[in-house]
Amino acid sequence: MSRWSRFNIVSVTLGLAFLYLPILLLVIYSFNSSRLVTVWGGFSTQWYVHLFSNDTMLSAAWLTVRIALLSATVATVLGTLAALTLVRYTRFRGRILFSGMIYAPLVMPDVITGLSLLLFFVTAGVDRGFWTIVMAHTTLTMCFVAVVVQSRLLTFDRSIEEAALDLGAPPVRTFFEITLPIIAPAVFSGWVLALTLSLDDLVIATFASGAGAKTLPMLIYSQVKLGVTPEINAICTILVGIVAIGVICASIATKRYEVQRQRDEHAAAAG
Amino acid sequence: MKSLGSSLYQRLVIIIPYVWLLLFFLVPFLIVFRISLSTKALSIPPYDPSFNWSDSFSDWWDKLQTMSFDNYTWLAGDPLYMNAYLGSLKIAGISTLLTLLIAYPIAYGMAQAPRTIRPTLLMLVILPFWTSFLIRVYSWMSILSTTGLLNQLLMGLGIIHEPLVILNTNAAVYIGMVYSYLPFMVLPLYSALEKMDGTLIEAAQDLGCTAIGAFWRVTFPLSLPGVIAGCMLVFIPAVGEFVIPDLLGGSETLMIGKVLWTEFYGNTDWPLASAVATILLLVLVVPIVFFQHFQAKAEERGR
Repeated sequence: MSRWSRFNIVSVTLGLAFLYLPILLLVIYSFNSSRLVTVWGGFSTQWYVHLFSNDTMLSAAWLTVRIALLSATVATVLGTLAALTLVRYTRFRGRILFSGMIYAPLVMPDVITGLSLLLFFVTAGVDRGFWTIVMAHTTLTMCFVAVVVQSRLLTFDRSIEEAALDLGAPPVRTFFEITLPIIAPAVFSGWVLALTLSLDDLVIATFASGAGAKTLPMLIYSQVKLGVTPEINAICTILVGIVAIGVICASIATKRYEVQRQRDEHAAAAG
Repeated sequence: MKSLGSSLYQRLVIIIPYVWLLLFFLVPFLIVFRISLSTKALSIPPYDPSFNWSDSFSDWWDKLQTMSFDNYTWLAGDPLYMNAYLGSLKIAGISTLLTLLIAYPIAYGMAQAPRTIRPTLLMLVILPFWTSFLIRVYSWMSILSTTGLLNQLLMGLGIIHEPLVILNTNAAVYIGMVYSYLPFMVLPLYSALEKMDGTLIEAAQDLGCTAIGAFWRVTFPLSLPGVIAGCMLVFIPAVGEFVIPDLLGGSETLMIGKVLWTEFYGNTDWPLASAVATILLLVLVVPIVFFQHFQAKAEERGR
């Protein structure tokens, strides 16, 4: 282990400290009793109490969660199909355009995507609100799902699938009984990624919603613009906590699944 | 062998996501371009002409006649917009470079770490990405303000006596950009460095190369795919960034994402905002095509 030198340890530690200190400070200051965000006035949970009596905040949070659950689920279905297309069907007309439309949203600045979707909805004469945000988030996040699932499909042993087909299983059944269980961890992490991207998005949701609906990031943004309030620290801490718990649970679940699958494979090989 | 191909099943797998993306990704851009050729109007929607399916052919023809590139001439004529485009490119370029300089040692250190702890380190780098971008930018506001924690710390240590003005300057924008986009740079760098064969370095050193020489002649060139992917992932979204310059930047910070937002929401000039977006997209076409080409190559390699 001599290669894990002191220089390497220091740079990784400093890097992680840089990533985590701001979030940590935010969490600490959410328990500050002072109204001034930067002055420590003693420990208090009053901002959390304020938060749970704030109906605007709660309804915005509920709206954001519903949008995220719906759009992440649709995006996972579409993204998985797109990943299958990218990996399995390498030859069809318009494939270059297709892969372009998968990769471009990953890097496209939010303002462009948001503006173009808004003008699309206006032209189509759709009232903006819940559904338009769902559609916008689905479009953006399905590309992330596609990339995650694609990388799993690339390391996939296709002979199992071919065996099922040769034994007479119809393609759809082969997909649900063979392919999907094997790529399930990637599909699941794609779903979680889509969920967090949707929960997090400010710019595209603002464009896609008009005056119709206000998501939590939109509410946080307008409060931050007005001036920092300690309640924001509290809501941020709750969000950070939910994400941390979610990611830890997801990684434990994935690990269990992997172990189980390896056991099954060993058993299959032995039997 | 029966393949998954042939059937209706295959067609559906391709067509469903394809049509969705055409409808919600490609068509919207064509509409942006169409509206960028219109003029601002006091109507709903606030531009003229707007086409209706009920219009007769001659109505369409008349409306087409009124469309022009006036918004683009206006953009070219007003130095504000040109400066905003250049400012965005400059800020995004410097941010990308800074992110690369900070991310490289982190990714390198992670790739050298004992195999057992690498997944944990990887997860620790990804985890902040899962927490809200807006929150992470916001947390810097209370750190960088004149009464903020950084100034309190520096004054408490006696390093400075007057608080530094960092918030609402370009420096704060750079800090926010590097902080927000760091995972996007670390991940591709790590995956390039992790795959690297350590014996190559040993060979170089056995042949008389110094440690630094071996890094520049072997490690760095081999990590170039990661460097390029990371720089693209940071640079392209950074050019159009809105939240970071809006919350951390000041009056000197001129970025095109903010200009677009102001034209749209402040001045309700939808055609001009569309023209700003079209030019921004044209500016980004070269890096985006480059990025896509790069992804396609990575996809090939993976197969």
